[in-house]
Amino acid sequence: MNIVVCIKQVPETSDIGWDPKTGSLIREGVEGILNPNDKNALEASLQIREQHGGVITALSMGPRQAEDTLREALSMGVDKAILLNDRIFAGSDTLSTSYALHLAIKKISHFDLILCGKESWDAMTAHVGPQLSELLNLPQLTYATEIAIHNNSVTIKQKLENGFRMLKTSFPALITVEKEINKPRIPSMESIMDAYRDKEVQVWTNEDLGDDKKHFGLKGSPTQSRTVYIKKVHKGKVAMLEGKPDEIARNLIQILKQKGLV
Amino acid sequence: MSTGNIQEYNGLWVFVEQRDGTPAQASLELLGKGRDLAEKLKVDVTAILIGHNVSEMAEELIFYGADRVIIADDPIVKDYRTEIYADILAEQVFKEKPEILLIGATCIGRDLAPRISAQMNTGCTADCTELDIDKEMRLIVATKPFFGRDLMADIICPLHRPQMVTVRPGVMELKDQDRKRQGELIYVDVNCKEEDIKVKVLETIRAVSDSISLEEAEKVVAAGMGVGSKEGFEMVKELAELLGAQIGATSLPVDEGWISEDKKIGQTGKTIRPKLYIGCGVSGAIQHSAGMINGKLIIAINTNPKADIFNFADYGIIGDINEIVPALIKELRAIKG
Ligand SMILES: Cc1cc2nc3c(=O)[nH]c(=O)nc-3n(C[C@H](O)[C@H](O)[C@H](O)COP(=O)(O)OP(=O)(O)OC[C@H]3O[C@@H](n4cnc5c(N)ncnc54)[C@H](O)[C@@H]3O)c2cc1C
Ligand SMILES: Nc1ncnc2c1ncn2[C@@H]1O[C@H](COP(=O)(O)O)[C@@H](O)[C@H]1O
Repeated sequence: MNIVVCIKQVPETSDIGWDPKTGSLIREGVEGILNPNDKNALEASLQIREQHGGVITALSMGPRQAEDTLREALSMGVDKAILLNDRIFAGSDTLSTSYALHLAIKKISHFDLILCGKESWDAMTAHVGPQLSELLNLPQLTYATEIAIHNNSVTIKQKLENGFRMLKTSFPALITVEKEINKPRIPSMESIMDAYRDKEVQVWTNEDLGDDKKHFGLKGSPTQSRTVYIKKVHKGKVAMLEGKPDEIARNLIQILKQKGLV
Repeated sequence: MSTGNIQEYNGLWVFVEQRDGTPAQASLELLGKGRDLAEKLKVDVTAILIGHNVSEMAEELIFYGADRVIIADDPIVKDYRTEIYADILAEQVFKEKPEILLIGATCIGRDLAPRISAQMNTGCTADCTELDIDKEMRLIVATKPFFGRDLMADIICPLHRPQMVTVRPGVMELKDQDRKRQGELIYVDVNCKEEDIKVKVLETIRAVSDSISLEEAEKVVAAGMGVGSKEGFEMVKELAELLGAQIGATSLPVDEGWISEDKKIGQTGKTIRPKLYIGCGVSGAIQHSAGMINGKLIIAINTNPKADIFNFADYGIIGDINEIVPALIKELRAIKG
């Protein structure tokens, strides 16, 4: 069972800037972490390998510092790590991100399963999994809370608003995982050291993907941010209730009573 | 596949999600919003409906704002499955070339929309909170709160068609039906064999919920990170119970595990319009307020007089929830006897 896990580095804090010209977020120089939901995808791949063997490749597109994220994946136990890094990729929306990732996966060529997180915590679009499935012409099984591998097929338990569905498909397939699917392992100090000392992160550029540049980055992104702005919602004037807590409480309950809310 | 000449694209479409013959409320909300947007562009609204024995719903879609309903009715599409639904939708979009396609950001909508955007090589803006039309450019301008505090972005898709947008349930108001509206029903064939569909639905398990959902609740008490701890959270929950209100939360108490995900209010959670909302230790970040700003009476309890929530609350209390909430609980107990 050969698995590619797509992982993303996300900013650690929400205090990040944006480029007023392009409307893109400035990720450079901001502390990055492995998208928490992608740890579930990594854990799921490791559990599958434990039962069925195979090779796991972690794949990420992002700035050079996203290498740390891949080292973290290596320390958790994946076999290979590939970073897609090129200035041209900067400013990608979800579609051009998916486009670059799909070319990389085609280059990896031998895979049975692709695993993604359901969503990344900065963009939170949950786009990349389904877009990758389309570009690779794969069946997509989203929102998995359980995965079961059989001889020629895979079933998942899919989480929906009002319940679950059991879905089945054949290989190769793409699965996106929910965070409740598992509890990601915490790598030991030793394996973290190994990941930095002995393991390799391959870096692929635009040329390795061998496609013309118009599909990548800002140019290859159908969506554009026209303006980014701070918005404060103002609804009118707030009436402040003052006094000692007892007085405030009596006052507020009185108001609610008058409005028929208590 | 590529967009081709974008001038050829015309009209606004709404994908109507249905389960067991009932349309999703998110789709009906989008028909109403779509009607307003379409009027600005002076174009028709088309609903596209896929399922089995769904024809009865079609008229209702017209009452909610559609001028035309395209119906793909076949046993093979009884259950939602990504690829076949995407193929049917894409085929119709290629044929008829709408300039805008709106999809509710339900689980199914979020599974389908990006698949289609990749199939059509077009842009899709996810989880928007406002939609408007730039008449001059004939563009839909989709506003969404961005990563970080109070950051909003207006997103456009200038060179690709259709312009796709998803909107979470509850964000747009459900308009009243207009039972006088008339429209056209168009039936299309589904040409697909079960053998060609790669995904099989083995089983559907419906969850039975015992409590009223947040969206339906008349009163909601929301706990923010200002509750400080699980104990603080429990105290706020007691206040909710005494008020006969549902308990909700910002994203942080959910992340802490004090309350389940389905009680999260905001851009990535539920959108609510209760008669009463009381925010306890809630800062009022835009990602949260996006989900509750339409509450009728908003009350905020916060130690920080500069907290954003005071900009849109009706009544504000600058104070510590550890003092105010117990006082409120005492007062409520007293009147209940
Ligand atoms: C992509 C994305 C999507 C998001 N989606 C959502 C969403 O859907 N819903 C959501 O809620 N958030 C969402 N967030 C998070 C959001 O940006 C805020 O971080 C969150 O709403 C803040 O929650 P809070 O107000 O509870 O916490 P904080 O910002 O930590 O504020 C706590 C408040 O409590 C006050 N306080 C502290 N102690 C006390 C006390 N003892 N008594 C009274 N007041 C006190 C403080 O003054 C402060 O104002 C999202 C973020 C991102 C990046
Ligand atoms: N830049 C990226 N590199 C690798 N994987 C990604 C990237 N962006 C998104 N993904 C994958 O797609 C999932 C959904 O991300 P998103 O569409 O941004 O919500 C993530 O959980 C990752 O598994």
